[in-house]
Amino acid sequence: MASEKGVTLLDFWVSPFGQRARIALAEKGVHYEYKEQNLAEKSDLLLKSNPVYKKIPVLIHDGKPVCESLIIVQYIDEVWSDKSPLLPSDPYQKAQARFWADFVDKKVFDCGTRLWKLKGEEQEAAKKEMIEILQLLEAQLGDKKYFGGDTFGYVDVAFIPFNNWFYSYETLGNFSIEAVAPTLVEWVERCKERESVAKTIYDPKKVYEFVGYLQKKFGVA
Amino acid sequence: MAASGNQEVTLLGVRLSPFVIRVGIALNIKEVQYEFLEEILSAKSELLLKSNPVYKKVPVLIHDGKPICESMIIVQYIDDVWTRSGTTLMPTDPYQKAMHRFWTVYLDDKFEPSLYNLTMSQTEAAKAEAEEQTMAVLQLLEEAFVKMSNKGKPFFGGDTIGYLDIAIGSYLGWMRATEEIIGLKLLDDARIPLLCAWAENFCNNEAVRNVSPEIMKIVEYAKFLRSKYTPPPAK
Repeated sequence: MASEKGVTLLDFWVSPFGQRARIALAEKGVHYEYKEQNLAEKSDLLLKSNPVYKKIPVLIHDGKPVCESLIIVQYIDEVWSDKSPLLPSDPYQKAQARFWADFVDKKVFDCGTRLWKLKGEEQEAAKKEMIEILQLLEAQLGDKKYFGGDTFGYVDVAFIPFNNWFYSYETLGNFSIEAVAPTLVEWVERCKERESVAKTIYDPKKVYEFVGYLQKKFGVA
Repeated sequence: MAASGNQEVTLLGVRLSPFVIRVGIALNIKEVQYEFLEEILSAKSELLLKSNPVYKKVPVLIHDGKPICESMIIVQYIDDVWTRSGTTLMPTDPYQKAMHRFWTVYLDDKFEPSLYNLTMSQTEAAKAEAEEQTMAVLQLLEEAFVKMSNKGKPFFGGDTIGYLDIAIGSYLGWMRATEEIIGLKLLDDARIPLLCAWAENFCNNEAVRNVSPEIMKIVEYAKFLRSKYTPPPAK
C-alpha cells in the first residue's frame, strides 16, 4: 500500500457505520477522498486495508488503515483534536459516552436487521425489542439538547445515522417512532440542522428500497 | 485484592470471569485499593441490578458512588483516572491506540465464542471446528504482536502491560483450563511461539498473578458448565 499523504474513506452509501465516519470528518473539517465500494466485488484496496473483516468503513490516513466505525470516530477525534471535540474530557463522562455508543452498536443494527429479515412472531418480537431500545435511548437523552449535553458528541455521531433507517423500521414493523419516542424524534431534527449531518444524510425512501432489495436477496417473503 | 474499610472503589464481579479479571489487573497495575464484592449470578445483588440496569452483568466498577460498566470501558476509565507515570495502559499515539482497540474488538467478537465452543465441545466434529477457529484467531494475534510490540519488547503495549495485553491475557486461565479438559494444546510453542513467550511474561507479572484464579478452579467450573450444556441447533 502506497504511503500517500491524506485521508481516504472506503465506504458504502447506505451504511450507518460509514456515515458515522463521514459525520466525524465533517465535524472536524477534514478534507478526504470518498471511495464508494462495491460490496459484491470487493476492491483490492478494501481487502488489503481490512484483511480481517473485509468490511467498510475503513479510514486510510497517510497510508495506514483504521477499521471499525467507532474506532475510526475515536481516531478522528484524537488526531484532529483542535476542533469540535466529540468525546468529553471528564473520564466518567467519557466512560458513559463509550457505554452508550457501544449500546447502539450492540443493539440497534442487529434488531433492525431482524425487523426486515424475519416475519410473523419473530418480527413482532424484534419490533417490541426495537421500541424498548429506542425508549431506553430516549431516557438516556432526557431533556438534553444532544446525548453529549450542550454539544454534539460521540453518542450523537454513533446513533444519528440510524435515523435514515427509521422509516424502514416503522414501515416494516408497523409502528411510529414518534409515538413511542417523541423526544428522540426532536433530537433527530436538531441533529439534521448540523451541516455535518445534513451533508451526509440520504433519503429514507432510498434506504427502504435498498431494504427491499436485501429482502429479495435473502428470500424474505 | 481487598482493602477493608475503603469504600471509594468497589468491583462487583465473579473471580473466574475473564472480563472481571481484566478490571482487577488494571486496578493492580495502577495500585488502586479496592473492595471486591463477589456476585452470585443466579441471585444478583440489588447493588448490581441498580448499578448495571441495562445489562445486569459483571464486572461493574463503582468509583465514588458512580458505576462504570463493560470491561474494556472500565479499563479505559481506570487508565484515564489513575495516571501515575509508568503505568499507562494506552499508548499516546492515536494510530497505536486504534490498533489496541481494533484487536480487542476482534478478540471479543471472534475468540470468546470460539473458545467457549471449544470448552463446551462434546463431539469430535464440534471440537475440530472450534479448535480451528480458535487457532485462526491466535495466529492473527501472533502476527499482530510482531507489528505492535515494537521489535522484541515483551508486551503488545511495549515494555509494560497495555490495553490489549489485558484484553487477551484475561483469557489465559480459561485457555489453560480448556487445554486440560479437551486434551489439546492452544499455547503451542511450535505454532505461536511469540504469544507463548508473551503469555509467560504476562502471567509472571505480579498485578496479574494476584487476580488469576487457580486453573483447577476454572476446570471444575467448566466441567459443571459442560454438564449443563446443550449445543445450539444445527443451522
